[in-house]
Formats: sequence, structure tokens, C-alpha cells
Amino acid sequence: MTDASKPKKEIKPKKNPMPAQDPVERARNFNEVALGYSREAVIDEANRCLQCKKEPCRQGCPVEVDIPAFIRLAAAGDFAGAIAKIKEKNALPAVCGRVCPQENQCEKYCTLGKKHEPVGIGRIERFCADWELATGVKVPEVAPPTGKRVAVVGSGPAGLTCAADLAKLGHEVTVFEALHVAGGVLMYGIPEFRLPKAVVQAEVENLKKLGVKIEVNSVVGKFTTVDALMEEEGFDAVFIGTGAGLPYFMNIPGENSCGVYSANEFLTRTNLMKAYMFPDWDTPIKIGKKVAVLGGGNVAMDAARTALRLGAEESWIVYRRSHTELPARKEEVEHAEEEGVKFAFLTSPVEILSNDDGWVTGMKCIKYELGEPDASGRRRPVPIEGSEYIMDVDTVVVAIGQGPNPLVPRTTKGLELTKKGNIVADLETGATSKPGVFAGGDVVTGAATVILAMGAGRTAAKSIHEYLMNK
Amino acid sequence: MFKILEKQVFSPIIKQFVIEAPKVAKSCKAGQFVILRIHEEGERIPLTIADYDREKGTITIVFQEVGKTTTQLGQMEAGDYIKDFVGPLGEPSHIEKFDGPVVVVGGGVGIAPVHPIARDLKAAGNHVIGIIGARSGDLLFWEDKMREACSELLVTTDDGSYVRKGFVTDVLKEVIEERGKDNIPMVLAIGPQPMMRAVCNLTKEYGIKTIVSLNALMVDGTGMCGCCRVSVGGATKFVCVDGPEFDGHEVDWLELGRRGAYFRPEEQRAMEHHQCKCGSGCGGAK
Ligand SMILES: Cc1cc2nc3c(=O)[nH]c(=O)nc-3n(C[C@H](O)[C@H](O)[C@H](O)COP(=O)(O)OP(=O)(O)OC[C@H]3O[C@@H](n4cnc5c(N)ncnc54)[C@H](O)[C@@H]3O)c2cc1C
Ligand SMILES: Cc1cc2nc3c(=O)[nH]c(=O)nc-3n(C[C@H](O)[C@H](O)[C@H](O)COP(=O)(O)OP(=O)(O)OC[C@H]3O[C@@H](n4cnc5c(N)ncnc54)[C@H](O)[C@@H]3O)c2cc1C
Ligand code: SF4
Ligand code: FES
Repeated sequence: MTDASKPKKEIKPKKNPMPAQDPVERARNFNEVALGYSREAVIDEANRCLQCKKEPCRQGCPVEVDIPAFIRLAAAGDFAGAIAKIKEKNALPAVCGRVCPQENQCEKYCTLGKKHEPVGIGRIERFCADWELATGVKVPEVAPPTGKRVAVVGSGPAGLTCAADLAKLGHEVTVFEALHVAGGVLMYGIPEFRLPKAVVQAEVENLKKLGVKIEVNSVVGKFTTVDALMEEEGFDAVFIGTGAGLPYFMNIPGENSCGVYSANEFLTRTNLMKAYMFPDWDTPIKIGKKVAVLGGGNVAMDAARTALRLGAEESWIVYRRSHTELPARKEEVEHAEEEGVKFAFLTSPVEILSNDDGWVTGMKCIKYELGEPDASGRRRPVPIEGSEYIMDVDTVVVAIGQGPNPLVPRTTKGLELTKKGNIVADLETGATSKPGVFAGGDVVTGAATVILAMGAGRTAAKSIHEYLMNK
Repeated sequence: MFKILEKQVFSPIIKQFVIEAPKVAKSCKAGQFVILRIHEEGERIPLTIADYDREKGTITIVFQEVGKTTTQLGQMEAGDYIKDFVGPLGEPSHIEKFDGPVVVVGGGVGIAPVHPIARDLKAAGNHVIGIIGARSGDLLFWEDKMREACSELLVTTDDGSYVRKGFVTDVLKEVIEERGKDNIPMVLAIGPQPMMRAVCNLTKEYGIKTIVSLNALMVDGTGMCGCCRVSVGGATKFVCVDGPEFDGHEVDWLELGRRGAYFRPEEQRAMEHHQCKCGSGCGGAK
């Protein structure tokens, strides 16, 4: 066939729409919002791909998944081939297909996106991963035992990935997790309606099939230390993937009033402890009539949407900058808007007001305007003098960021830390300042993304393997 | 799963369990606590480590039935299993050899957490004066254990039904007057919030440093949620990782009390829901 005879592909300008629960209905339930493509839709979407030689999408992917290749396989209906291709680089596709900020990554660079909507890469990825979960995941081959033992601290995406890769290489891996279930933020932070917990637990089960031991209820830095794991418990190496679990507060007056939650508390009560099923489940959550969520990231969107589902009459995002600067995934902002979350932009609280019982009755806010761009290139918000007003709210959720939990860093000898308390690790290898100890994910980078944590776990597994085999 | 090896009933609402938890027993110290969850749908509740046996790998807890989870826990028997049991959490008590006698005060179920601290203080060479009290004699427990852990022990009951009548603060005041305020370097008090607060008010008058163990509401117990935050000396602290012990004169008791009461209507609802799920009036036993 000559080039001239090749039929020119007609380009469909828009992505196949993602089937979703009706916004009015879903804003009151915890079932997954995005329902996933049908087989027809996924093949149609995959056929939109131009199979660009230069693979710009792939360069936009933090772990360089061979995107054109897996899309080609999906287009041909070979989902087993497609998922195998994805898994060469991404250990958690069912999760990433749902929560990656594709619009800033692969889809941002997609050739189609220049004139039209980019290929729905994340949606195709999700379909392939769900297809695999539904048809039964093949347990990968495990190399013969090396006799080496590795401890993985934390079972978020970084820890899970690192553990899986090391187990496949024949090492004996034990994961220590502080909470009573494995999964990290995927279990306690990201809500059920965005990432069903069954999907996360399926990944955890796959890990167990590789022979990885998961010890929940195990807070390293408390029942043992990293040093003791190596010196007394006979582990040859340790990977630290303890995430960024320490909630930041605003440090404004009234922040310890009743009705002020950190996003972590609000989401943990709801997701991990299933407070939305109270009193059948024991953990309560109290939700007022009018909820204000402080912040503009994914965490803030999750909290605001959760508040609606818990029965809030109004749920507000209060954000210092404007709509364009919202750091959350675009899809989450759109979903929040559709569901009726309201936005107070260029606004920041200065004090939380309470009644005689210490319960929140309102929030004193100040208005901002956008000034000159700051170091991050975003226009810096500047407070407008005299613009204070009182926002009438009874519940406040603080979602302005998280830092590294100090329990492990504080109890590990000779571990170099940044000023903010993050562990210093070589991004190419995951090696820390302490021999035999590696780290990756949010505990190194600060709060980031699932895919970056996954990638860091994978990178560290590679260098831990080298370290163990040369030891 | 964590096996309940022994159960003792001190009163209809105060019970003791010895639980098989080798990982916790191996490393715990006086002043630390555990968080447990009875079953899959359960709440995570904090309880102090009242005793431990490193060789047998066991932890002793003593709890008072105040709501849904503690009541349900009280219905469990030796041989039953608790789903989750994590610890040791929190910072251990600060144990040193003080210059002069130290006083430890345990009120109600607070007697249990005071016990290992008193024992360690004595082992560090201190003269430990123990004061324990309860509303009435039948609610008092561990008198023998405390007598052994302390150098001397004073017992009181609010209603005078056992030994003597009076609050622990009445006895503490007598001890301070008798020994002289400058001779007592430290008081440690654990019990219900009003009691700890009363002790602090008293010792503040005398200028005696006072340590209390705060029972804030908690979820994770690892510093991740901030539910347990409390103002101490004007700064926000997380009780689960910065405490549970703090300088009682610096604690914002009003805030602690208010935050602790925030979920009271829900707690009541949980209790009512628990008391009869089956409709047969089983009291939640089924
Ligand atoms: C609400 C919310 C929404 C988010 N939404 C998105 C999104 O849409 N897309 C996206 O890409 N990213 C999102 N993120 C960010 C993403 O979830 C994180 O970047 C990622 O989970 C980090 O992975 P990790 O493995 O480094 O740590 P984590 O997922 O934080 O896991 C760390 C684990 O370590 C455990 N641990 C901590 N200390 C100890 C200890 N001492 N001993 C034992 N275990 C310990 C913790 O309990 C936890 O389970 C979101 C985050 C939050 C909070
Ligand atoms: C570090 C720590 C150590 C503790 N050690 C012990 C212990 O050794 N023995 C023991 O009996 N209790 C102890 N507690 C208190 C215990 O955790 C609570 O009694 C328990 O969580 C109540 O659960 P519930 O479901 O039975 O009652 P809920 O229904 O939750 O509450 C019923 C009543 O108890 C009050 N309450 C709830 N939680 C607490 C709390 N954390 N502290 C004080 N009052 C509370 C509520 O305000 C309400 O009035 C400790 C608490 C902390 C934070
Ligand atoms: S850039 Fe877009 S169109 Fe080109 S190969 Fe990647 S997904 Fe296909
Ligand atoms: S209980 Fe969550 S931070 Fe203390």
C-alpha cells in the first residue's frame, strides 16, 4: 500500500464522552461518578489516535508509558496486550486511569489536542485496567528467592509499587502500614466516588499473591524503628514511602473551634471509617448546613464534594486565587461545579468565629486581587484593605496542604532531611543519606501525585535490587 | 486479630482485658496508649497501656463503659478477638529521679494508666506518693497493684463508702500542706477531665509543676488527622503524637472539653442504635 492510497483518517474533534452518574443524583451518593467506557466507546476512542511517530504524549507521561502502543492494541480490541504494555511502566493503571491529572501530562501534549480535544488516554487506560481486573489478573512470574529481605514502610502507591517490583525480583518483602488497611491516601483520602476502594484492594490482593507480607497496624518509629529493622530484625534494606500525611492549618484565630476539620480528618472519617454509613458503621461525622473548604487542590475538591454527599445544603470552595489557578484536576473542578459546589475566589479567611459552646458560626474573610506573577509564574494574590466580610458557615474544612509525617524521619539516625522535614533522596535512585535506606513518593517530594509516587517506588526498587545484589 | 486472654470485671462498668499483642508489648513504655477497633465497622478508640508483659507478649487495658464502643468491648469475653490493635502510640512518660517526693494521682478509671508510671518513677529511685480515688468503693480497683507500685498509697472515695470521704484533690491538698509545697517537685494526675483540671487549679496555687494525660478525641493516632489537637501554652499540639502528657497548667481546658463534646449527639445515637439492632431488646448482645 502506498501512502497515497492510505485512506485519510477522519478526525473526530471530541473525546467520546465519559458516561457518568447524573449530577443531581450523584451529589447525594458515594457511588463512583465516572462509569467507564463501553467496549465500543473505548475502541472508537482508541481509533482517534494518530499514532504519532514522535510520541509527544509519552514524553508528557511522568513514567513514559508507551501510549501509542497500548492505544494501538486497544484499538484492535487486544486489551490483554494493551494492559501488559501499560504495566511495563505503570504498576497501578486502574488507579492512575482514574486519578492522574492527564490534562497536565500525556493529554496536554497530544497532537490532536492542538486543534481538537486530545485522545482520552486516561479513559482508555482505565478501561484496559478494569477489563483486566474483571477478567482476572495474571500473577506475574516471581524470580527464584534471593534470600534478601526488604522492609517497606508505608503502603501508599510508592510503597505498594516498590514492594511489588522487589517481590517479582525474588526478594522477601514485608510492608509495614500504620493504619488498619493498606493503600495510603488511595484508601483514606481519595473518596469512594472517585476511586472505589474495591479497586485499591484488588491491587493490594495482587501484591499478596506475589508473596508480599503486609503488616497493618504497624507504626514504624513507634513499635520499631528503621534502624532496628536493619540491625535487629534482619532486613537488608528499607524503603520509606510514608507520604505527606501531616495536615497544615492556617494558624488563624478560632481554628480549634468545634466544626473545624483538617481535610485529612474529614476525608478519613468518611472514606476510611465510612462515616457516611453511620450509625451502621460506628464512626460519626458532623456536617453543618453550610460548609466552607479552604484550598483549591484535589483535596479541597474532594472535601467539598464529600460535604454535599454527607448532606450539606451548601458547600463552598474558598480560594485565595482565581479559577484559572485552581491546582485541582480539571475534571474534578468540572464535576464539583456540576454537582453544585460553589466557589468564593480571591478570598481568604482571617478568623473563624464561634458561639459560647465553641461551635463555628461564621468565618471572617478578606478579599484579594491578583498582582504581579510570583516565582511560580502565577499572579500573586494581594489582600484588599478594608474588604473584610463575614461568611456565614458552620463547618470549615482546612485543605491547604500536608507535610511529611515526622515519626519516621525523627526516629531514624543519620537521615538527611530538608528544612520542611522531607527526606532527601536522589531522584534517580531513591537513595537517602543512610546506606541501605531508600525513600520515595510524597515523603520526598512533598504532596504530589499518584503517578509520581508510583514511579518513585519503581525507581527505588530498581536501585534496591542493585544494592542487594552487590552487597 | 488480637486475642483477649483474660477478662476481669471490676464493676458493672469497669473491666480489664489482657490482650495478646507481642509487637506492642515488646516496645511499649509507661504513658503510651493503643488504638483498637473491635470489628470491621468499628470506631478506632484510644486506651492507655495499663500494664504489659514483654515475655508473654501481652498488654493490659482497663476501660470504663461510657458509650457504644466501650460497652460493646465490655460484652466481649476471654477467647474473643479484637480486629485491630495498634501501638504503642504517643510519647512515653518522662521518667527521671526528682529531687524530693513525687505525687501521682489517679481518679476513677485513670488509676490504670497511672500505675505503670508510678512503678517506673519508683524504679528510677523516687519516693512516690500515690493518691487514688473513685466515686465509691465498688468502683475502685488495683489498690494492691498501686500499693506495690508506689512508696505510699492514700485512698479516698467521693461518697466515703471506702476508707475515707473526699476528692483526690482534698487528699492532695493535705499531702502538699504536710510535706510543704517546695518539697514536692512534681505532681502527675490522670482521670476524668474535671478531676485533672481541679488538680491543676490546686497545684497552680502552690506553684507545683503538674503533668496530665489528655484524652482528646482521636481517629488515626499517628498525627495524620489533627482531630486530637489542643492548645497548650497558646500553641496547637496533637495529643496523639506530641502527648498525651502535657504541662497541665498550660492546657486550654475549656477548648479540650468543648472539642470532646462535639460528637455527643452522634455518640448517643450510636449507643441507641447499638443497644438494639435486632429488635428483641437484647441490649446489643446479638
Ligand atoms: C484527598 C486527596 C486527593 C488526591 N487526589 C489526587 C488525584 O486526583 N490525583 C493524583 O495523582 N494524586 C492525588 N492525590 C495525591 C496522591 O494521593 C499522593 O501524592 C500519593 O498518594 C502519595 O503516595 P505515597 O505512597 O508517597 O504516600 P501515601 O499515599 O500518603 O501513603 C503513605 C502511607 O504510609 C503510611 N505511614 C505513614 N507513616 C507511617 C509509619 N510511621 N509507619 C508505617 N506506615 C506509615 C500512611 O498511613 C500511608 O498509608 C490526592 C491526595 C489527597 C490527600
Ligand atoms: C490517649 C487516651 C487514653 C485513654 N485511655 C483510656 C483508658 O485507659 N480507659 C478508658 O476507659 N478510657 C480511656 N480513654 C477514653 C476512651 O478512649 C473513650 O472512653 C472511648 O473512646 C469512648 O468510646 P465509646 O464509643 O465507648 O463512647 P463514645 O460514644 O464515643 O462517648 C461516650 C462518652 O464518652 C466521652 N468520650 C468519648 N471519647 C472520649 C475520650 N477520648 N476521652 C474522654 N471521654 C470521651 C464522650 O464525650 C461521651 O460523653 C482514653 C482516651 C485517650 C485519648
Ligand atoms: S500524541 Fe495523541 S494522537 Fe499522538 S500518539 Fe499520543 S495519544 Fe495518539
Ligand atoms: S488522632 Fe489524628 S492526629 Fe491525633
